[in-house]
Amino acid sequence: MAFNDISQQLQQQLQQAFVDKRGVSVVAGGTKQFYGRDPGITYEALDVSDHKGVVSYEPTELVVTARAGTTVSELNQVLAEHGQRLPFEPPVFNGEATLGGTLACGLSGPSRPYTGAARDFVLGTNIINGRAQLLRFGGEVIKNVAGYDVSRLMVGAMGTLGVILQASLKVLPIPQKETTIIFHLERDSALDLMNDFAARPLPVSATCFYGDILFVRLSGSEAAVESAYMALGGERLPKTDEVWQSLREFQHPFFDTELPLWRIAMTTAARPELPGEVMIEWGGAQWWLHSDSPAEEIRLAAARCGGHATLFRGGDRSSEIFHPLPPKMAALQERIRLAFDPHGILNPGRIEALNKKQS
Amino acid sequence: MNQSVQPANDHHRSSLINQLARFLPRNCILMEDQELVPYECDGLSAYRQRPLLVVLPETVEQVIQIMKVCSAMSVPVVARGAGTGLSGGALPLADGVLLVLAKFNQILQLDPLRRIARVQPGVRNLAISEAADVHGLYYAPDPSSQIACSIGGNVAENSGGVHCLKYGLTIHNILQLKVVTIDGELLTIGSEALDSAGYDLLAVMTGSEGMLGVVVEVVVKLLPKPEHTSLVLAAFDQVESAGAAVGGVIAAGVIPAGLEMMDNFAIRATEDFAHCGYPVDAAAILLCEVDGTEAETREQVEQVKVVMAQHGASEIRIAGSEAERLLFWKGRKMAFPAMGRISPDYYCIDGTIPRRELPGLLSKMNEWSEYYKLRVANVFHAGDGNLHPLILFDANMPGELERTEEFAAKILEMCVQVGGTITGEHGVGIEKINQMCSQFNENEIRQFHALKEAFDPLALLNPGKAIPTLQRCAEYGAMHVHNGELPFPELERF
Repeated sequence: MAFNDISQQLQQQLQQAFVDKRGVSVVAGGTKQFYGRDPGITYEALDVSDHKGVVSYEPTELVVTARAGTTVSELNQVLAEHGQRLPFEPPVFNGEATLGGTLACGLSGPSRPYTGAARDFVLGTNIINGRAQLLRFGGEVIKNVAGYDVSRLMVGAMGTLGVILQASLKVLPIPQKETTIIFHLERDSALDLMNDFAARPLPVSATCFYGDILFVRLSGSEAAVESAYMALGGERLPKTDEVWQSLREFQHPFFDTELPLWRIAMTTAARPELPGEVMIEWGGAQWWLHSDSPAEEIRLAAARCGGHATLFRGGDRSSEIFHPLPPKMAALQERIRLAFDPHGILNPGRIEALNKKQS
Repeated sequence: MNQSVQPANDHHRSSLINQLARFLPRNCILMEDQELVPYECDGLSAYRQRPLLVVLPETVEQVIQIMKVCSAMSVPVVARGAGTGLSGGALPLADGVLLVLAKFNQILQLDPLRRIARVQPGVRNLAISEAADVHGLYYAPDPSSQIACSIGGNVAENSGGVHCLKYGLTIHNILQLKVVTIDGELLTIGSEALDSAGYDLLAVMTGSEGMLGVVVEVVVKLLPKPEHTSLVLAAFDQVESAGAAVGGVIAAGVIPAGLEMMDNFAIRATEDFAHCGYPVDAAAILLCEVDGTEAETREQVEQVKVVMAQHGASEIRIAGSEAERLLFWKGRKMAFPAMGRISPDYYCIDGTIPRRELPGLLSKMNEWSEYYKLRVANVFHAGDGNLHPLILFDANMPGELERTEEFAAKILEMCVQVGGTITGEHGVGIEKINQMCSQFNENEIRQFHALKEAFDPLALLNPGKAIPTLQRCAEYGAMHVHNGELPFPELERF
């Protein structure tokens, strides 16, 4: 595996941008350029992809530390050699997605409601903030409450609070056995079942409802999976991983459309009628929607379900991509951004429009 | 220092009381000395300070008003839940209001379908699990103080417990907070969905030790109770083998629900106290709990037994009944009171280390124990590397507390040196504020202050806790050079 430390170089480049008050666009694998806002301006690239390599990995401590440019695929491979994996199942995007980009975008896969999100497994990070300072937060231990949890704050911040250089993550063993079972039923019954399964001590590790089929993955020890299968019934799929991999990588036929793709997070008990074709994941907590209906309409529906809507892919990328925040919260978030990046040089306009920030 | 500015303070204080009395019932404001005394300290009783006032609001609206008044008058506010914290995070300030959230003790909603509970911050940790029990659900984080500690304090400290290797800390088990800011704004952080738009402020708030806002409502996740739980007790002739066995269990692909280690001194002290049948001649024991379906736990118990035997366990016992399982746990859970029985005082440390560093740290601790002439017992959340060495001392013996604190500081600094942290779950509070300077450099501490400023520009929320000033770190650096003697003893401690 490639092993390369270019943190000094990255810091110097950012130092110059800080002095010049010039924006930079943080990139690595470039697999998630579709995500987030298009700022409409091409900034100088701050390319983290050469900053790579697993720095330390201690399987018996359940902790791996890797540089941000390390691809998720490489990381998975290293972990698999010791029977472990990243528990939040991030997309690998043809092997090009990097650890840094995965964390910056905060993407988690099918296991998210059952084992946790990307942010849940972050133990520590090394970052460069908008003052071009190299900082280290958290650490390589599972329990650590010294100082504010800046490492987890970096997850999903789209690189606007700091350039992630390195991260330590908690990892878990690959389950001994996985099996996928399906049930043919209507949407509301499927949602009931997803909630019911999650309230029982079952080794459910992923759920999806699409095309009147509820897909349920069971993961754990052979004994746990088999006894749960006996208890739940359903029809066992011959290829356990196929559907989950296609969901994780956005290769499922559902995603094959020109319409804007919305991601709506909501409470698992919601039963919304949304204007377009939907697919439900995460035990009812994550809905995907294809729709060219107005953003306001979709956001109102999401808010009514206790959640928020993100224009995940396609549509007008210069519009508001992320769900607008209430004014007081927006103001607080803006102050936080400035606390990390006073000149606004890190991925400007990637979360929200620039003129809004400056007002 | 208080003496010299007394007249001005008196005026300031009565004006504050007048303003608060406009919206707070008289019985919600404590101002007489005898009323204030019980609030002088939290669970870290070595530090005491009488607050200017104690307020016990009953509604969120009152909290908002209190914050507005304090903010307008530049009066510091220290929030307090049940007061069980072990790092002095809720230590009052002489010129500050102590905001006690004990009256917020209602479970507002418990939704078994969505597996969430909406609770007020003063609800006790264990009360949530008790209320959820009828639905076969529970709230996973279980700090040892769970009978008494409140959920608001758990959020402030990001509390863990003996089951957090498998089930996570507070941050992994909450969805949403309602927080009152220092300027009296009510914010909703997080959501009832699994994530929310914007930066992850739930992560920042959790473990922020009352420095960023006051939590007035928490939505927690509830988990299904495991179908079956089994406990293995293994004894070892050498601490090193016990440490290696912990790694062995994890290498075998088992994630125990709990994995605890005790050293010989801790074993003997707890056995004398709790009579739980521990092998008192063992150098160390491991308590390894697994949970899941019945078949799964049976399989895992077998795996654990094999690993323990491979690492030279001198004795392996499986709890044969629920009563025996609870008995095995009883000793571990009573380790602190057991120390209280054999020593007038004890000082609990909360460092975390990569587990491979355990033997080195333990042998260092033995050296220091001899040097400082202080006994130390070790109980250890072995699964996640969180150490709780308990230094036994007598505060009435001149110099013992000082030697204890110096000993503790050495242990914490070594935790940092070997890649760990000064606090795994008890928080920095006032207790470990100096050691923060060992763990973080100047720019990192500046970044923490900048983040706080975004929430609390006037630094009125719990000032002096959690994050040291750079000046303090400079002075602490000097302290190292001068071999433990504080160069400016007249400086205030916060």
